[in-house]
Amino acid sequence: MGLVSFLKSRLVSPELNEHIDSIRKPIGTLGYDPWGYNNDTVKYGFSLVKPIYEKYFRTEAQGVDHIPAEGPVLIVGNHSGQLPIDGILVGYALASRKKNPRIPRAMIERFFPTVPWLGNLLNEVGAVLGDPVNCARMLANNEAVIVFPEGVRGSGKLYRDRYKLQRFGHGFMHLAMKYKAAVVPVGVVGCEETIPAIANIKPLAKALGVPYAPVALPVVLPAKVHLNFGPPMYFEGKDLTESEMNKRVEQVKTEINRLIDKGLNERKRLF
Amino acid sequence: MTASANPQAKPSILITGAAGALAQQVIARLRESCNLVAVDARIQVDLGDDIPSYCIDFNKRRFEDLFRRYQFDSVIHMGRIRSSQLSRMRRYNANVLGTQKLLDLSHKYGIRRVVVLSTYHVYGAMAYNPSLIDESAPLKSAGLSADLIDSVELENLASIYLWRYPNLNISVLRPCNIVGPSVRNTMGKLLASPLAPVMAGFSPMMQFIHIDDMADAIVLASNKPTRGIFNVAPNDWVAYQRALELCGCIRIPIPSIPPVLPRVILRTLGMERFPAYLMDFFKYPVVIDGRAFEKEFGFTPKRPLKEIFRYYRDNKKRL
Repeated sequence: MGLVSFLKSRLVSPELNEHIDSIRKPIGTLGYDPWGYNNDTVKYGFSLVKPIYEKYFRTEAQGVDHIPAEGPVLIVGNHSGQLPIDGILVGYALASRKKNPRIPRAMIERFFPTVPWLGNLLNEVGAVLGDPVNCARMLANNEAVIVFPEGVRGSGKLYRDRYKLQRFGHGFMHLAMKYKAAVVPVGVVGCEETIPAIANIKPLAKALGVPYAPVALPVVLPAKVHLNFGPPMYFEGKDLTESEMNKRVEQVKTEINRLIDKGLNERKRLF
Repeated sequence: MTASANPQAKPSILITGAAGALAQQVIARLRESCNLVAVDARIQVDLGDDIPSYCIDFNKRRFEDLFRRYQFDSVIHMGRIRSSQLSRMRRYNANVLGTQKLLDLSHKYGIRRVVVLSTYHVYGAMAYNPSLIDESAPLKSAGLSADLIDSVELENLASIYLWRYPNLNISVLRPCNIVGPSVRNTMGKLLASPLAPVMAGFSPMMQFIHIDDMADAIVLASNKPTRGIFNVAPNDWVAYQRALELCGCIRIPIPSIPPVLPRVILRTLGMERFPAYLMDFFKYPVVIDGRAFEKEFGFTPKRPLKEIFRYYRDNKKRL
């Protein structure tokens, strides 16, 4: 047995193999889709994230069954914690649910594809460059897509601003209406405490070409994470003005705020 | 192909770039049903007694004599000089001015169908490309590499003539990487070689079409006078480094960051099969959507990726 086969047998159990294979994805003959998703890499990723989800962050997910079993879905949440840990945990919650699991796609910052190794790795586990064209094609393919409309405004915010939702972009609402996608809000509680940042060194970020350069401990703290998924929201209509769109975005924001408050009330301690 | 004046007569087709492997495949498919005339600006190709073959620069006056003599119904323009060949100025003369001359003559002599072979390189490779790029996407490559300007200019010309002279029924085909036996383009040489450079940490998604499938696509396009621009690519994808693995290539990583480093390395090495101007195509994906062509022309690629890569693996030269 070669090293690769040995590692694969240790990492990917037959049950996991079957679980991932049972989730049908529109892939080509060599296991890839146009965005770089790869079934084999997802199996390794799933197996590596499992202890992080269950043991390190002791994640509690409620309402994950609100996500429809099929059809286009936008899973919209609050973004926090400097690194996209929230996206990974939300994705794992959906991929590991007992009934009708789905492997969601995550829209990632434009900076990631320029990073060697990491950019490809993220693509292989389902992450996609956060471009409206990509998101539209995903929804047309009936995918479930994780979006954080705050973008870097949310993930890069400082600890003193924790759980304060930043401005939401409207792009997700336009796409949800166009593709008649269900919008499932999710409140993420705990990720704010994983990498608390006290300052952002903007000149350094600019020099490095990264969205932000936080002053934070160089460790990811094992904060307990609560994910609260809300019931799906549907929005119809077309040719709405941006102020009308804003009202709809505010509805989603209000729901996410409610789910965050629920998570904060449920949380007994930070770690 | 469009109907000629005499319905009993075989249609007459001018094929440019006749020395290329793809053109030879197209000629093999059409030689029974059409009267072909082959032209290449580089060399005169021997295609047997039934196919007149010429080595002519399109910008020379005697090129027009062919139109006077043979009364073409259609033109299949596969004579684009690749960016790895000739100097920029000579490529510009051949690809831009030469194509303009060809289209002017096609208009003057009442050609009813023109198929122009372009390349997906015109879209340009950059980190922010979405996937499944459709035909209406902007052509960014001219702004990213001076070596691809002539390819974009060729397309611009074809687009202008497409709308200005609708009777020409111009179709521009933008294929993904054409590979397979006897293909000598950049990707064909890479897959065939035992050692293949890669950009360290980058393995962009790529598409490959077998030369036989591409020849079928061109024949289908020449048979149906639908104007427009079409991507040609199968609905199958693979990461570049995985493709090399399946072809039995040993991967040689080239430092990829900061971007100036690989550029200097590649310019210094001057490898024809891994040129500096295509560097970003080995870092960032340019995945095109070929569904419009499939739907319009009823095209289905027949050779799967595994078969393509098996050919390269089985014919790998030993080090």
